[in-house]
Amino acid sequence: MSVKTPSKLEKIMAAGHLGVTSECGPPRGSDPEVIKEKAGLLKGCVDAINVTDNQTSVVRTSSLATCIHIKLMGLEPILQMVTRDRNRIALQSDILGAASFDIHNILCLSGDHQSFGDHPQGQNVHDLDSMQLAWTARKMRDEGTFLGGNEIKRPPEMFVGAAANPFADPFEIRVPRLAKKIAAGVEFIQTQCIYNLDKFEEWVRQARERGLTEKCYIMAGITPFKSAGMAKYMKNRVPGMDVPDDVVKRMADTPKEKQAEEGINICVETIQRLKEVEGVAGFHIMAIEWEEKVSEIVERAGLLPRPEID
Amino acid sequence: MIVADKKPVEEIIEYVKDCKKVLVLGCNECVTVCEAGGKKEAGVLASTLRMYFANQGVEDAQVDERTLERQCDHEYLEEIREIADQYDAIVSIACGVGVQFTAEKYHSIPVFPGVNTCFLGVTEQRGLWTERCQACGKCILAYTGGICPVSRCAKRLFNGPCGGSSNGKCEINKDLDCAWQLIIDRLIAIDRLDLYEKLFDIKDWSTDRAGGPRKVEREDVQI
Ligand code: SF4
Ligand code: SF4
Repeated sequence: MSVKTPSKLEKIMAAGHLGVTSECGPPRGSDPEVIKEKAGLLKGCVDAINVTDNQTSVVRTSSLATCIHIKLMGLEPILQMVTRDRNRIALQSDILGAASFDIHNILCLSGDHQSFGDHPQGQNVHDLDSMQLAWTARKMRDEGTFLGGNEIKRPPEMFVGAAANPFADPFEIRVPRLAKKIAAGVEFIQTQCIYNLDKFEEWVRQARERGLTEKCYIMAGITPFKSAGMAKYMKNRVPGMDVPDDVVKRMADTPKEKQAEEGINICVETIQRLKEVEGVAGFHIMAIEWEEKVSEIVERAGLLPRPEID
Repeated sequence: MIVADKKPVEEIIEYVKDCKKVLVLGCNECVTVCEAGGKKEAGVLASTLRMYFANQGVEDAQVDERTLERQCDHEYLEEIREIADQYDAIVSIACGVGVQFTAEKYHSIPVFPGVNTCFLGVTEQRGLWTERCQACGKCILAYTGGICPVSRCAKRLFNGPCGGSSNGKCEINKDLDCAWQLIIDRLIAIDRLDLYEKLFDIKDWSTDRAGGPRKVEREDVQI
């Protein structure tokens, strides 16, 4: 795949290296130090940092402002944008705002429903859906025009991504859904957390058969369990999550004080196995409120040092 | 049909507590079918209000009841022209459309809503009504297997499902079918899963609520 944007993440994967991303959730307040501290923990061990957009529908510092902080630290942010809170005018306007700070990555999502968050009585927008947002970002970049047709002076140059859940229902469309995202203009995918490796590999195999891995970089989602309780919770409570029994058992059979370490071991083994899978272009490590562990995971998985690319 | 649900009677009492003569006005159409605002409910509400006034010791209070064929047509609403003036208030238990048309027609009489108008839907079974349409003004059911993502998907996704769809249910509630599961099931049943792979164009919402109050004007049927 040829490079189409100044995105460092894109360049790294286009050069054939495995890309590594992680994420940083903005604070529930306006203290920039919280952002700087979290992002600082990821320095040198990832290529780009996802910044969540009012994740789980809880109000936080905006994704765009947080991305700017991260950019000013010399790191590479990925602007997450959900279609829940903004219409096409606001979405395009924020894309331009991000472009004005040379933010070169966007991840298009529909967002959790507001009923999960701290303002369940709020309205939701959903003027566009996530695929249409990806299509919009591509149109703005490649055609240099807004959705309304007018020309953009200095169009955004963003590497366009989306999320995918290889385990989601309805199973008949797991691969067609990926194909559709790519047809909409999605260039990289970050997947749901993977614990069922067989099923994930089967999904990648089918994607490969349809030629999809030639058109899009698939980054495998990795989340370490901190405890056996977390493994059980993810298995039973998080919709669309596939945690096989043997993984839960492995965590549960580990003495409590060693569980966090075992969680990291599972991640490292997962990455080592998936590194060998044709069509896996990188890893997206989501260590929620456990950012300090990312460097350890990346190092033990043999993904350091990160390639230098200009 | 338009589905409505009863308002708590305390709320209605709050509206009319200072009135002496009240007319409870039912409607024979949708709200009768969904058992919120028909003749039967008009009778029950009127008796409840009478009881309230009696308990308050308001002896000269009068609560009457009447049910019209429809409250959204001039023709039927005119039937109360002769009597409307004598009331201090009308409690309309038609949908929001009926309440407003009554208020427009009887300009100097306070008209209060007696139901909460909820959605356009169906009777799934007695006592259970569910939403099917949000009147977006540009129907796309031809491409979604006859199942509406605007009204039935909690995020009105056109290229769904979202990542939260699980075992056929929506992420917001395990009792709610995921619209996109239903759409995919239908597309498979009619052998049109190919429709799913086509990216859905960005919707023109100008025919929806977003475009401001709407009207349909048909010269061919105007007199
Ligand atoms: S697409 Fe629009 S008109 Fe058709 S059923 Fe859905 S909301 Fe109603
Ligand atoms: S689970 Fe299904 S119905 Fe619910 S928001 Fe997601 S796609 Fe829509």
